[in-house]
Amino acid sequence: MKYNAWNIFQQGLTGNRDWKEAWRKPEPKAEYDIIVVGGGGHGLATAYYLAAKHGKHRVAVLEKGWIGGGNAGRNTTIVRSNYLLPGNQPFYELSMKLWEGLERELNYNAMMSQRGMLNLLHSDAQRDAGARRANAMLMSGADAELLNRDKIERDYPFLDFDNERFPIKAGLMQRRAGTARHDAVVWGYARAADQLGVDVIENCEVNGFLINNGVCSGVKTSRGDIKASKTAVCVAGSSGRVMAMAGMQLPIESFALQAFVSEGLKPVLPTAFSFGAGHFYVSQSDKGGIVFGGDLDSYNTYAQRGSLDIVQDVTECAVAVMPSIGRARLLRSWGGLMDMSMDGSPFIDKTHIDGLHFNGGWCYGGFKATPASGLCYAHLLATGTPHEVAKSYRLDRTLTGAMVDEKGQGAHPNRH
Amino acid sequence: MIIEHPLLGPRDAAEFSYLGAATLMARPSPENGLQAMHDYVYLRENPVGIHRELWYHAQGDRSWLVVTRDTMTQDITKVELARDVALAQSGETS
Repeated sequence: MKYNAWNIFQQGLTGNRDWKEAWRKPEPKAEYDIIVVGGGGHGLATAYYLAAKHGKHRVAVLEKGWIGGGNAGRNTTIVRSNYLLPGNQPFYELSMKLWEGLERELNYNAMMSQRGMLNLLHSDAQRDAGARRANAMLMSGADAELLNRDKIERDYPFLDFDNERFPIKAGLMQRRAGTARHDAVVWGYARAADQLGVDVIENCEVNGFLINNGVCSGVKTSRGDIKASKTAVCVAGSSGRVMAMAGMQLPIESFALQAFVSEGLKPVLPTAFSFGAGHFYVSQSDKGGIVFGGDLDSYNTYAQRGSLDIVQDVTECAVAVMPSIGRARLLRSWGGLMDMSMDGSPFIDKTHIDGLHFNGGWCYGGFKATPASGLCYAHLLATGTPHEVAKSYRLDRTLTGAMVDEKGQGAHPNRH
Repeated sequence: MIIEHPLLGPRDAAEFSYLGAATLMARPSPENGLQAMHDYVYLRENPVGIHRELWYHAQGDRSWLVVTRDTMTQDITKVELARDVALAQSGETS
């Protein structure tokens, strides 16, 4: 059933009795054309685009817990397309364009708010790098503006402009960037995929692959074996342990990323913004909480919680750039599982095992990529070739030397 | 997280910088070819559970440690000086 004002009105007058389930809860079939392992944002987006754009309806999404219970369930919600490298920026701009049309396409309110994203710049060199990145953004069809200090002071009077160590010299603004409601994206894709015949199956954990003579013919799960000619893994931070079941090692390590929300405050942040002299990014939610995050916890972990020294580190950045936030109280914090790759960029590729595909290595930047990741993975699965904007996301790029290293940190996953 | 340094006793993990898996100590010889070097540099086991890893005591005695830690529970069961581990390994092969 469509969500629209008329339905709300009519249902309201009749006691809200006839709302339909947003998605079915089917039993897994014995066989599908394509199995998507992982019911997060990316997996559900993949299934939706397989059905909507490629006419593939015999598709199942298998999720070990409840859909969106991983990183899509708790992130800092920022959506943007302000990358530098030619292997990345067109992909993220495609994603941004998909975000812009998403609510209409899915008939679901994802609370998309294109409030803008400002990257602060604190030195001449950083401003030059910002200008270069702005040009890369413009070349990809995205929008970008370089703001001088006066323009920033007018809208962000609470920032510490004359900080002795990190004065604010300029800023790179993307006005079309913003935030979206992370849960809603998951539910929107799930409902839309379900309406096109995709089986969204929760509480179904993949615990092995059916592999024979280099060919993958499906998966073993907690609810039985399920066959498929194509299996598409996208499990984010769990990539290592899931692909190990196929005997594969990946150029990925798993780290925890913590994020935080303050008590609700009156509106103070006009856009999302990031600190240029430390790893810190922040926005204000519609409930008033200041939502922010920063560095990873630096050691391999699957614990989905981090240590207190990072809490101190991140809040120090917050107070350095925006001193007044020091008076706010932290309401909530959490940790998620990041699949950090060797160059900080993702993989959307076939594997050396026929029929087995891998999508992962999104590091801490997977949420904004959700629509394009789904679209490009669906394209790969349906046509057998990579999508134009995802051509760099090959698993063998570490061997061929075609790295996509935005931060220039080399083979150190915890530095990207 | 507290790391029990073999010489200095319990230290806050924040005094250290983390490098990665202890397999990094076993750099392959060029004679083993490109694939071996590639796998050494880029591929990781990234296990759930017991993980042997290299920590550098940057804010302490600048020693390297091989820490055996569970990546799910964060429990550290063993801490050795990397030098001792390396000597033992080369002792085994010589």
